[in-house]
Amino acid sequence: MIYFENVSKTFGKNVKAVRNLSLHIERGEFVFVMGDSGSGKSTLIRLLLKEIEPTEGRIIVDGEELTGMKRRRVPYYRRKLGVVFQDFKLLKDRNVYENVAFAQRVVVTPSRQIQKDVPRILTRVGLSAKYKAFPGELSGGEQQRVAIARALVNQPDILLCDEPTGNLDANNAWEVMQLLEEINAGGTTVVVVTHSREIVERMGKRVIVMNRGDMVDDRQINGSEE
Amino acid sequence: MRFNTIFYCIGQGLKNIRRHLLFTLASVATITACVFLFSVVYCVLVNLRYTMETVEETVGITVFFDKGLSEEEIQNIGDQIGEREEVREMNYISGDEAWQIFSEDYLRGAEELAEGFAEDNPLADMASYEIFLNNVEDQAEFVSWLQQVPGVRRVNASSIAAGGMIDLNNAVGYVSIGLIGILLCVSVFLIHNAISMAISARRDEIRIMRLVGATKSFIRTPFLVEGLFIGLLGAAIPLGLIFFLYGRVIGYMASNMSVLFGFLSFLPIQEIMKVLLPVAAALGVGIGLLGSATSVRRHLKV
Repeated sequence: MIYFENVSKTFGKNVKAVRNLSLHIERGEFVFVMGDSGSGKSTLIRLLLKEIEPTEGRIIVDGEELTGMKRRRVPYYRRKLGVVFQDFKLLKDRNVYENVAFAQRVVVTPSRQIQKDVPRILTRVGLSAKYKAFPGELSGGEQQRVAIARALVNQPDILLCDEPTGNLDANNAWEVMQLLEEINAGGTTVVVVTHSREIVERMGKRVIVMNRGDMVDDRQINGSEE
Repeated sequence: MRFNTIFYCIGQGLKNIRRHLLFTLASVATITACVFLFSVVYCVLVNLRYTMETVEETVGITVFFDKGLSEEEIQNIGDQIGEREEVREMNYISGDEAWQIFSEDYLRGAEELAEGFAEDNPLADMASYEIFLNNVEDQAEFVSWLQQVPGVRRVNASSIAAGGMIDLNNAVGYVSIGLIGILLCVSVFLIHNAISMAISARRDEIRIMRLVGATKSFIRTPFLVEGLFIGLLGAAIPLGLIFFLYGRVIGYMASNMSVLFGFLSFLPIQEIMKVLLPVAAALGVGIGLLGSATSVRRHLKV
């Protein structure tokens, strides 16, 4: 599903964010990318989103090679991905329903489809009762669930999460991780960037460890869910 | 684009206008000033042109010939004149006709005096051609050609009137082009800034749009719509002003400055609007779109 072949990314002249990375993520896998600040894990997400280009190497996602992809093809490629950020990036002037519907409006989904999809996805993330609430009226965990709903409403093949629990307390963080696991169980490939060792160990999934741009570990962890 | 998408983009463009009302008003005011000045200049120029055409129809050039030239020789010169492209109309006035006109104009009531010259026409050598040109601007060149034609003794032309009209026309034109150029640049700059503000205020929204797969055109269109509306509004206000003020200003000038404006001819507003309406609307929309397009190109990395 996702292939990195000898990928390097250098910012400016000397800042090597990723060095000679090769990895393969299978369709339907749940993978953590772990590392400290500056380890290159967020660069990985940005490379996958095609926000930045690799300095060297090839990235192939769902059979499409990202390097050399025509600019007009990029929006259609991005529709295969859902993305969740640490700071949620919700639109504060729109309620929950509108925030989720926004992701469908901008890819020109017919209104009837939006009216069907948004309530369904809000039910799935447990927020159907709060569809009229504005982001400022929700807890951090609820806001992140809205962001996940927005990422999922277009039914992407891959869900990319950049520190999704970074702004949440332990309980909310664990709820969000359980939701991501459910989503993964439905067949969506999930890649979660995190620096939380505790969550990685509790979840018991594959973990790729990055350090100063190098992949230093890639292994399966046995979970210890409560 | 689907209808839904078009409505969505128009809606977003209108929302942007509301969100940055002050910048929008500043942009509209500048375009209004630019288009208004353009419209005033257009009205002045088109009326000067109209006056010149009226003058061209009434002011002619008169050519007199050397003494002793036969009717046939004069006819030959007339044929040469008639072949020139500049000539719209020409009339031959023989010596006898000239004396008849003179007598009627100046010897009315002194017919006995006129009869004294019945057998000896004092204007026998004053046969002439009265020539009207297609374009008064060609007069100077045409007159100098006439003066070189063998047999031509004298050429009478109202060079001051023609020259004055051309100079005034040119002066108004050059000053106006300069002013309009400056206002055009200011308008584009202000709209550029207004749209940059809108883009900056919606940075997060634009990033989300990009990441969920919105196309470039979908992201850019609302900002272009915003520029388009600002341009349309900036054109509609001065056009409305011109429509309502034109007749009143002419009426005021005719009654209070009749000496100065007595010789001018004015076109009706309907005639002026036939050209001014589409041109001014295109100018306003053009400024609006250019301002927003440059801003979108520079600040919106999609």
